[in-house]
Amino acid sequence: MGYQLLNKDFNDILNQLKSEYKIYGPKRFENKGRFSDTDVIGYGEIDKLEDIVLDEKTYFSPKEIIYPIRQTLFYFTEDEVKVPDAPEDKVIVFLRPCDINGIKRLDTIFLENGPYKDVYYERLREKVKFFMIECTEGFDSCFCVSMNSNKTHDYAVAIRFNEENVLIDLKDRDLLEYFENYGKAEEFTPEYIKENKAKVSIPYPEKVTNEMFEHEVWQEYTRRCIGCGRCNTSCITCSCFTMQDVYYDANKKVGERRRVWASCQIDVFTNMAGGHGFREKQGQRMRFKTMHKINDFYKRFGFHMCVGCGRCDDVCPEYISFSKCINKLYSIVEEGNNDEK
Amino acid sequence: MMKNNPYLPVSAPITKITKETDIDYTFRLACDIKPQNGQFLEVSIPRVGEAPISISDFGDGYIDMTIRRVGKLTNDIHELKVGDKLFIRGPYGNGFPLEQYKGKHLIIAAGGTGLAPVKSIINYFYKNIDELKRFDLLIGFKSPKDVLFEDEINKWKEKINVTLTVDKGDENWEGNTGLITKYVPDIKIDNMKDTEVIIVGPPIMMKFTSMEFLKLNVPEKKIWVSFERKMSCGIGKCGHCKIDETYVCLEGPVFNYTKAKDLID
Ligand code: SF4
Ligand code: SF4
Ligand code: FES
Repeated sequence: MGYQLLNKDFNDILNQLKSEYKIYGPKRFENKGRFSDTDVIGYGEIDKLEDIVLDEKTYFSPKEIIYPIRQTLFYFTEDEVKVPDAPEDKVIVFLRPCDINGIKRLDTIFLENGPYKDVYYERLREKVKFFMIECTEGFDSCFCVSMNSNKTHDYAVAIRFNEENVLIDLKDRDLLEYFENYGKAEEFTPEYIKENKAKVSIPYPEKVTNEMFEHEVWQEYTRRCIGCGRCNTSCITCSCFTMQDVYYDANKKVGERRRVWASCQIDVFTNMAGGHGFREKQGQRMRFKTMHKINDFYKRFGFHMCVGCGRCDDVCPEYISFSKCINKLYSIVEEGNNDEK
Repeated sequence: MMKNNPYLPVSAPITKITKETDIDYTFRLACDIKPQNGQFLEVSIPRVGEAPISISDFGDGYIDMTIRRVGKLTNDIHELKVGDKLFIRGPYGNGFPLEQYKGKHLIIAAGGTGLAPVKSIINYFYKNIDELKRFDLLIGFKSPKDVLFEDEINKWKEKINVTLTVDKGDENWEGNTGLITKYVPDIKIDNMKDTEVIIVGPPIMMKFTSMEFLKLNVPEKKIWVSFERKMSCGIGKCGHCKIDETYVCLEGPVFNYTKAKDLID
């Protein structure tokens, strides 16, 4: 169903939706930026259309809405294990096609990898409706077209934001009652970006041999990467976590088990009890991350993990570019180009 | 409570604690888990932590785990007494393909705590020695005080060709010294086709021991290893155990050498 709605009507609808849904969108957090007096764009609850920031990319992805940075799995008292109740609220998220595709990747790990579903992920995920922001321009570091993740039809509502009004494609019949009394019917099909400024060529997975693992190209990252892990925390598709137990009282009687996001670029990622770890060098970790994003995941599931949102490039304090890294690999693997560029 | 919650542990009472060395204790838990040889459990003390531990032995209504004191969680586990409870979930991972070893010449090379994940196999064939053509067991430890399962090793010697060695002896040590690799060439292999080799231990030990067996012309596909990794979830979600496209907690920890040699950290 297509609609054209005045901005104020759309805001009325948002207002009504708020009784049933928590509504998240990209918004401005003042003075929270990387440098003093700068703002950061992130995901938070929004009240109205004007809260939504459309002309800048979010620093963090929307993943924490369904996969919190820190999530309690159980509370422990002396002789009881209690699973916290799932949040009751249903959720609406305003997000772009790349991020919807990113959440598909999270779905794949949490719901399909291994013999069990991750019930904590599932119970948040099934509450979420996507309000897709039509994206035809992108930003400088985006390479979603190369990753085949610039398009999706998996949305409840797709929206084109004009000056005075919005165009809506409504797919989710549950929401019909909210929309049908407003605006006028107008066919609308969202468009998708056709070309990014940044492009990558991905080496064909079968051609990436073990020799590539030892290649000197990774040494550059040993020199440059400081292992801060921001590329992982900002990524819509990074899904790794660590189990962690804590207690609240001195005699360890009451506490919880939770999971917290983990980063493969950080020192302790592979360390076992006793301290032995693998992939000591940053270059090896960069290789591990890169392979996961454009090689390993593909071999398991038939599509790439990385969706080309470009956030890892945006947030890296050392100006390491992931898209350049992919292209370097391509030139080494596919073109036999071994010069360091 | 949520149904089908794979993270939910169950409690199991400790029925026996055996001190193997100063820092390695074997805990027997009463439980109905029927694992395959070589699988592991996620073991925890609520509020302290959880870690993957391989099952060293099992039988009717019990499982054994040999746990080394190496950090916060294992220190606390070592404080527990008979009657206390541990929390467990699992078993996870694949196991060794026991059936495939039957009727063959089996060689097991175990270094240090690597003996734990293969102990149930050794005990199985000790009890059913007729199911093997021949059984050679190479066991290596750092020093005499690190020797695990000493009584059982002595018992195994009755039926199995056991070579026990320590990297470095002390004044009371009268047995073999040197690395396991030194004793590999002494093993007589009549028929490669009927031979299976299991190698478990620290990464470097597995690497060099495999090389020794390859030098003897043991085909790669006859060699089996077991990997140890930080396995935080055990069920293919947390990502810690991943090597290339392989999840050690799902497709391992036991790998055939043809696969293991291509797993690069
Ligand atoms: S790897 Fe970088 S570009 Fe790819 S999805 Fe993650 S943050 Fe986005
Ligand atoms: S954000 Fe940059 S410096 Fe930090 S871990 Fe990632 S690649 Fe390394
Ligand atoms: S242990 Fe978590 S993915 Fe393997």
